[in-house]
Amino acid sequence: MALSLIEGNEAIGWGAISAGCEFFAGYPITPATTIYNTMLKLLPPMGGVCMQGEDEIASIGFCLGASMAGLKVMTATSGPGISLYSEQISFAIGSEIPIVIVDVQRLGPSTGSATKGADGDIQFLRWGNSGGLPVIVLAPVDVKDCLVLTMHAFNLAEGYRCPVFIAANKEISMTRETIDLDALRVPDTKNRKTVDSGKSFLPFETTEGQLIPKFLPIGGKHLVRQTSSTHGPDGYITTDPEQIARNQERLQQKLIGAVDDFLLYDWQPAEATETLVITYGVTARAARSAIIKLSNMGKPVSLLVLKTLWPVPERIIKELATPYKRIIVIEMNLGQYVREIKRLLSGKNIVFLGQMNGELIKPGKIQEVIENE
Amino acid sequence: MNSLLNRDRPPVFCPGCAHERIVQILDQSFRKIGLSGEQIAIVTDIGCSGLFDTFFNTHAFHGLHGRALTYATGLKMARPHLHVVVTMGDGGLGIGGAHLLSTCRRNIDITLLVLNNFNYGMTGGQCSSTTPADAQVSSGFLNRLEKPIDTCQVAAAAGAAFAARASTYDKDLIKKIENAIRFEGFSMVDIWGICPGRYTRHNKLTPKTIDEQLKQVPPSDDFTTRNARKEYGRAYREEASKLQAAPTPLRIEAKFDPLFSNRQELVIMGNAGQRIITAGELVCLAGATAGLHATQKNDYPITVMRGHAISELILSRKEIGYTGIGKPSAVIALGQEGVTRRKRIFAELTKETLVLKAPGVDLPTTVAKIQKIDFKAGKIKPKDWALAAIVQLARAKRMLSTDMLNAALELRFKGEALEQVREVVKGFSRPFNRS
Repeated sequence: MALSLIEGNEAIGWGAISAGCEFFAGYPITPATTIYNTMLKLLPPMGGVCMQGEDEIASIGFCLGASMAGLKVMTATSGPGISLYSEQISFAIGSEIPIVIVDVQRLGPSTGSATKGADGDIQFLRWGNSGGLPVIVLAPVDVKDCLVLTMHAFNLAEGYRCPVFIAANKEISMTRETIDLDALRVPDTKNRKTVDSGKSFLPFETTEGQLIPKFLPIGGKHLVRQTSSTHGPDGYITTDPEQIARNQERLQQKLIGAVDDFLLYDWQPAEATETLVITYGVTARAARSAIIKLSNMGKPVSLLVLKTLWPVPERIIKELATPYKRIIVIEMNLGQYVREIKRLLSGKNIVFLGQMNGELIKPGKIQEVIENE
Repeated sequence: MNSLLNRDRPPVFCPGCAHERIVQILDQSFRKIGLSGEQIAIVTDIGCSGLFDTFFNTHAFHGLHGRALTYATGLKMARPHLHVVVTMGDGGLGIGGAHLLSTCRRNIDITLLVLNNFNYGMTGGQCSSTTPADAQVSSGFLNRLEKPIDTCQVAAAAGAAFAARASTYDKDLIKKIENAIRFEGFSMVDIWGICPGRYTRHNKLTPKTIDEQLKQVPPSDDFTTRNARKEYGRAYREEASKLQAAPTPLRIEAKFDPLFSNRQELVIMGNAGQRIITAGELVCLAGATAGLHATQKNDYPITVMRGHAISELILSRKEIGYTGIGKPSAVIALGQEGVTRRKRIFAELTKETLVLKAPGVDLPTTVAKIQKIDFKAGKIKPKDWALAAIVQLARAKRMLSTDMLNAALELRFKGEALEQVREVVKGFSRPFNRS
């Protein structure tokens, strides 16, 4: 075993490179800046492109252009930058442009605290687009996850032609940690499906049962259209209600219906307990510490750490939660993902522990809530 | 060359619209250069100018309002051989002003055609960034309060080496667009034209008055030499080709036995400039040389060499869960600013906790064992205090051993820097002064 000491953001950079990222653009913002620094160090010598936009809108715009030219792209920011990305995110969703977007969350609202952690953007990432169509959001727990989930994020963005978010947190991204790089279980790299050249090509065409249109790049041998307007399979504006409805339903279904194919979570069941703790992100680490301590005291508790947050992995949450009476949801905000859990597990006793003060939730506090039956 | 116009989708502009004429002229410019559709990407903004991509058999990218130059930049960087032509109105020019300035500064090989008709046609004729103050538009009196911008002067000031003005009705317009597309670098043509649907219903503007007005504005070609330079993409690739591949993260093999079996926590707190973060990193690297897992969580303000600096470190045989500090086995207090930030921790310390304290630092009440470090005796400069403190920690066999620390120094520093830190370690051999 050999250990490497790396920061979460650095791991995101290495994950991106390992997944085949060829283009990065970003605007400096604490606590995401070190992703940009890492990409600037890694990409240009490999023949890739790393750019600094004049603002966040430009940075993600560069990425969308490069992605449509056929490159694997990533951008990284924090909550204030996600706000500026919003319209471009809607574009990437509706016009099926693969992109990985890292949100290193910091304490909000607004400018908030640049160097304090939070998980305050969890609903914002899901609903911060016009039209309300789904996105994929993955939440890393530690530095290892930063690398591995970023690789998954690229595969998902390419595979489903959509924006995929990494919902990181200052507390993971700017924390250095030892990891055994050679022992990581990483996914194989996937690329977007392309059309055999020579055939007639419609940029948004799908056949019966097919949910993701095949891709050809702008700048290749076949003419390709991209548009942010409501479009038909040919990439021209359409006003046909049936065609519009079919396309919107496809955009919804291609992710909502597929979530069982990318269920990323840690499941740590315990015998003889009626309590299940559900959490995600850096808070999972405190929850694990608390649960080990309780287990040593003869008070076992089960733990579900969600890494695929959106679309909500509904089937698995319902299935795993079935035997439990009390569900404790813990997150670094005032109650965001707990809304989903309440919706799914309405018959159960749902207890919420949230904190939004720039500090990690302490294991002792979690232990207290678990013990306070 | 054949026309690149899309016969299935003829222009749909209001009768007399300048845009329609520019569609034809752009097609003729493409033909004169001899470009085929696959060699061109037309990137369009929002508004009437945003319809342009649909009239041509070329690659097409129609995005958000004001952001066309951003997509064009990404496309061009990804596909250097593609001819990227952006059409944008005076509306897009205003909302995307920052992108215009930056694209001029970059000098990336994109051609921007500003279809300047002095108002927002599509939304009902509101004032734009080029509307004259004396025009009558649907924004009431608001345009009277603002000065219109001279797009070419702005572009020139921002570093564009090609920014031309033209009338839609100018016989030379084909040539100007052709030259703009052929130019290796960012090129902009500010094309003045008539919006019959909105603007000229209340304002007198004819090809003749446009000509007259164009003669009155300052010449726009005196900066071409001043701003001439290498195209951005070409320069980027030249610079990138000189770079060495970045090294992969260091892999540290365990070669020592750890000093302890349970989780150990250390907080180093002090002032900026004491190289506390580097010392924290050394503790983690030292841990790794004994096969220990390590985390480092830092806290410092945005200022450099001013304010507090705190590093929270955990070493453990098992993978580390919670990365916060509960009960530290050691605290190193080197400066008052850091101590003030973490003052609450001192009440939590136990008798087993070792606190190493720099002279002059006041500590809150604590039951922990406090030892003063005599930096003067070792002639240690403040920038080496944190390093000297972890040397002492290693000597006290807390968290790390001297062997582990020496191995960490070799991992972290090379050459002269390594010699310098070794001097610090050597020079600081005195035992603790008991307080």
